[in-house]
This record gives sequence, structure tokens and C-alpha cells, in this order.
Amino acid sequence: MHKLTNKLKGNKLAQIILLVLYVLVTSLSLYLAQASVTAFLLLLFSLLLLYYTELPDRLKWVIAGVVLIGVIPFVSSTGPGYQSYMEVATVVGIYVAMALGLNIVVGLAGLLDLGFVAFFAIGAYTYGIFATGQAANFMPFGDFPLSGESFWIFILIGCFVAALFGVLLGIPVLRVKGDYLAIVTLGFGEIIRIVFNNLDKPVNITNGAMGLASVKPPEIFGYQFVYPNQFYFIVLAILLFVILAVRRFEYSKIGRSWKAVRENEIAAQSMGIHLVRTKLLAFAIGASFSGMMGVVFAAKQTFVDPTSFTLLESITILVMVILGGMGSVPGVILGAAVITILNLQVLTEVTNYLNQLSLNGVISFPEALAPAKMQRFIFGAILIVFAIYRPQGLIPAKNPVFDEESLKEGSKKHRKDQITVEPDKGFQA
Amino acid sequence: MSILTVSNLTKQFGGLVAVNSVDITVEKGSITAVIGPNGAGKTTFFNLITGVYQPDKGNVQLGSTSLIGKKPHDIARQGIARTFQNIRLFSNITVLENVMVGLHKQLRAGLVGTLFQTKTVREEEKRAQEEAYHWLEYVGLAKHLNEDAQNLSYGAQRRLEIARALATKPKLLLLDEPAAGMNPRETRELTEFIHRMREDLDVTIILIEHDMKLVMEISEQIFVLDHGEKIAEGKPAEIRNNVKVIEAYLGKSAVTPA
Ligand SMILES: Nc1ncnc2c1ncn2[C@@H]1O[C@H](COP(=O)(O)OP(=O)(O)O)[C@@H](O)[C@H]1O
Ligand SMILES: [Mg+2]
Repeated sequence: MHKLTNKLKGNKLAQIILLVLYVLVTSLSLYLAQASVTAFLLLLFSLLLLYYTELPDRLKWVIAGVVLIGVIPFVSSTGPGYQSYMEVATVVGIYVAMALGLNIVVGLAGLLDLGFVAFFAIGAYTYGIFATGQAANFMPFGDFPLSGESFWIFILIGCFVAALFGVLLGIPVLRVKGDYLAIVTLGFGEIIRIVFNNLDKPVNITNGAMGLASVKPPEIFGYQFVYPNQFYFIVLAILLFVILAVRRFEYSKIGRSWKAVRENEIAAQSMGIHLVRTKLLAFAIGASFSGMMGVVFAAKQTFVDPTSFTLLESITILVMVILGGMGSVPGVILGAAVITILNLQVLTEVTNYLNQLSLNGVISFPEALAPAKMQRFIFGAILIVFAIYRPQGLIPAKNPVFDEESLKEGSKKHRKDQITVEPDKGFQA
Repeated sequence: MSILTVSNLTKQFGGLVAVNSVDITVEKGSITAVIGPNGAGKTTFFNLITGVYQPDKGNVQLGSTSLIGKKPHDIARQGIARTFQNIRLFSNITVLENVMVGLHKQLRAGLVGTLFQTKTVREEEKRAQEEAYHWLEYVGLAKHLNEDAQNLSYGAQRRLEIARALATKPKLLLLDEPAAGMNPRETRELTEFIHRMREDLDVTIILIEHDMKLVMEISEQIFVLDHGEKIAEGKPAEIRNNVKVIEAYLGKSAVTPA
């Protein structure tokens, strides 16, 4: 195995050929095999392989685009499992965007947030309330439900409303640090959920525990989005934006100030960094990604109620970030994908399989160890194993590498500006 | 012309008066040392100037602006930079990025510009990298640019802190025990370097230091703190022979043999 990877290193042509072969084989088996979960997962896995190739970034994006937009929807479209695959892929996309948002808060700015799902809920309710008749209960004007065409604007509205709540949460919360911050954010997450649960009186805004049903599906030029294979493309588009935004922020003045605050608050301030503003910005941007996906979630489910936004959800998103690698964009994407697929597909499959076995009398489980109850246990065990063997995450965060030669050239300009001494006089390295 | 004027500065921690009615004036372009035994209140004095702590009484003035009530980041923007006695680098990011954080207040990139990677933002970022590299060259760390700051040797970490502080283009630079943990050769180089900074950069320097050779060689003015009070001030020659100072360092018996 080592020999093989060594041989492949540096040989881009071989890498690309292998990758294409891999995609071909997995797509073909998915195309031919009816509803093969394994083939579907292996096909998704090709994106990870792609990440590890040494191809130029631009080419990687193009290939990823071809696989995500073309190959995956096309080859899974023939089997009876089509919609369920697209559903899985869509949910993965939603969680990836949220995990990337939380990664800004936890991974880059170093602020432990245990109530992150609140912003997802805010996004979902923002659309849910106005895309059902609910808004008519308290809005003095307007015609509700709004049409499905408003969905596209609501992605933006959800983004801003969530960002606004991110700031509102941040202002009181950022007075505390570390563990205390975690507890306060946990409280915030629960408060939001409970408020949504109880805001059916005195004025019925959220319809309480009953939730909001028949949320209008997105619509454009009379074309309606109702099936997972349609939502898949909406999620993909938003996700593309989120990834682009995250990467750009990470390696900018803003990203550096987040990391500086994470590493050392006092030193960061002494460099002129406004502590509160920097943290609030992290909260707001992180929240905005969740808000957008909340809107999509509401439209996709056509139903919103408070039970979708429990503490367990917040913790799951946090686990995605930690498992993937705090501060690492590719890591967090992988972490979110792994956890979502584990939850939605693998663990369910395993449980079904075990159930089948016990039904057939091959093995028998005592009541307390019934497979359905073991799901969480297996999930926990996997996390513990990862925490022990990969404490930095699946793909640990990497720092940028700067090209010394070009900087050397450029720095001469600055020397002319202010300093006339040779650099290596005096202080020796 | 004085650049820093501190008057009646006082800070208490519970019952302990860490800095007690201290008056200090620092001339523009000078090198000033603050000395005193451990626990004398020197670091606290720096923390009061830079806004890490708010004083209970007194005033701190940079040029003609009072710094009282200002937050640390505001004070940094006024032109004061510092290093820390217990090194405070951004450990998990690269050496170059550490210095780039020092350039923070000069960079204009905003949220929208960053999101769309406008030409201005890209050019500014490139310039920031170059300027940061330039500061690394200046302190002799250029070849470490891509290493994580935490992997540098102790002496190199101290130098990186200085480079980061210089990147903020300070008028006033506060160095808290810059030679701590350095060997004699490194200390000699540091002495030379501090002189050079003043010549090259038009910056006023105040340093806290225990190495008396360095202090006597480098500073034009020395303030001595003991138990939070200023017990002496003057030129190196005056301080060397000051009875109170010898008492503070060596105990009363050193001056008045029993
Ligand atoms: N944040 C703080 N809380 C309580 N006491 C402090 C704090 N900072 C400093 N002190 C106390 O103030 C005194 C002066 O400390 P410091 O300024 O660090 O001395 P120096 O730098 O001269 O060695 C010491 O007794 C120290 O314990
Ligand atoms: Mg000290």
C-alpha cells in the first residue's frame, strides 16, 4: 500500500486515470445494481479521493462539479432508490453548510457554541411562518401564505435574520468565556426552541408544538420543487456559495483576526483587533449559513415543528466539526458527510440487518440490547475511537504556505519606504 | 518633547497596591528602562498603559490624548505596541501570519470586498504578505515564515513578538523583559537591535529588564519601581549609585551594615 501511494505521488496522470476509473466503476455498479447503498457511498467517496489527488485546484473544482451535478444525479436516477439517495445527498449538503458555519465560530474564532441549531430553527421558521397561512394570524396586511416564488428571497432573508440573531445572542453572551460560554449558548439554543414551542399564545405566531404544516414548496416560472432530486440542486448551489465564502474569509484579514482571537485574546487586542466586533462577526456569519439552510429545510420538509431543533442536533453539528477537524474546511465537510451518512444510512442499515437476523432466529438479542436501541451506542463508540486515534480530526487544519521567493521580491519595496539596513545585520537567526 | 506622561497612576488588586501614585515622563525618541525587583508592579504598569487593566486613579497621556477608559485595541490604534513577559504569540498559525495580524489596523478589506475578492482586496493582501515578510527579514526570521509560531525556539519567539509589534507601526514600543531566557550572545545582539530599531524606525522604546548590563548600556533614563512605588529615576550612572535602589535589590543590610 505504501509503495503504491509513493509511486502515485507526483504522477498526476496516473492519479487522474485512477480517479476516473474509480468513478466509472462505482457509477456503473450504482447504475446497474438496484438500490445499492454501498455503490452510492463509494461514489460519494470519490470526492474524497479527488481531494487527495495533486491536481490543480481549478481542475479539482471542475471534476467535483461534474461528479456532483452530472454523475451522481444521473447514475442514481435509474434505480428505485433514486429519491432516497438524493434525499441523503441533500441532507448531507444541509449539514455540511451548517457544520461549516459552526466551524467559523468554534474552529476559527474558538468560541464553543452548544446551541447552534437555534439559527437553523430561525431560518426554518422565518420561511415556515410566511409560506403558510400562519402569518395571517398576526400580520396586519399582506396575503398569506406567500407564494413559492418568495422562497428565493427568503434564502436571503433567512440568512440575514439568522445573522441578526447571531449578533443579538452574541452581545450578552460574549461577556463570558470558555466553558461558561458553552453553557450560555446551550441555554440560548434551548430558549429558542422553547419559545417556538410556546409562541402560539397570546398571539399565534409559531403554532406551538403542532408545528407549521403545508409549507409552500419553492417555485420558479411555474416550476415547483417538491422532490429530493430537485432540492439537491438548490442545496448544491447554496453549498457552493458557502464553501467559497468560508475559504475566502479564512485566508483574509477577517479570518486572521478570528484565529488571533482564538489563539490569544490579549495579544489580539494589542494588535488593534476589536474583540467584541470580531466575535460577533463570527457568530453572525456562522449563523447566516445555518439560516439559509433552515429555509431550505422548511421548504423541503413542508413541515416545521420544534422537535427538529433539539440540543442533540446542536451536539451532532459540533461533533461533525470536531470529528472532521476543527478549523479545517475539507475536514469539516468530510466530518459532516460521515456523520450524516452514518446516522441516515449506515446505522439504519446495520440495525435493519440485525433485526432481520433476530427475526430469522439466527441470533437473539435481549430486550435491553435491541438493535434499534444500540444505534446511539454504536455512534458513540465510533466517536470515542476517533477521539483516541485522530484527536486532530479526520483532515486536520492546515496553515497556508507562502511562496518565499515572491515575497522576497515584494518586500524590497517596503525596505525602500522606511528602512535602509541590510536585513541580516544585527539580529542573527 | 514628551510622548508619554503618566501621572499619579494607581492600581489596586484587592488589598495589594500593585502600582502606587506613579509619575513618569518619557521623552520622544528615547530609550527608557523600568526596573525593580519581582512583583514591583512593572508588568502591571505596562498593562495600565495598554488598557489591559483600568487604573483606579491617575492619568496616562500619549502626546496630548488621554488613554484612560480606552480599550486595548483603541490604544493600539493610537500607536502603542508591546511584547509580553510570558510570550503571547498566535501559536497555531504561521510566523508570517503572526506578523500579518500586526498589520491588521492598516488593512481596509471589508466583508463584501473579501467575499468577492475584489482587486483592491487581493492587492492589499499581497502587500500585507510582503510587508510582513519584510518585518521578518528585519528581525532575522525570514526563513521561518511558514513554520507554526509555536515551533520556534524561545529566542526566535521573542523576536517574532517584536516583529509583530513593529508591524503595527508604533510610536511607542513597550518591551516586557525582552532578554529573559536569552544567552549572553543573544542578549548582546538584542541590545544592538534595540538601538537599531530606534535609529531606523523613529520609535520611542520603554523596556522592563532585569539584565543590568543591558539596561545600563542602552537606556538614557531609568525608572525604578519597588512595591508599586517609584523609588528613583535618573540616568544610568545616577541609578547605579542610588542608595534606595541598592536597598530595594539587596535589602537594607547591604547599605547599612549592622
Ligand atoms: N491580575 C492580577 N490580580 C491580582 N494581583 C495581581 C494581578 N496582576 C499582578 N498582580 C500582583 O501585582 C503585583 C505586581 O505584579 P507585576 O506587575 O507582575 O510585577 P513585576 O512585573 O514587577 O514582576 C504582584 O504582587 C502580583 O501578584
Ligand atoms: Mg513582570
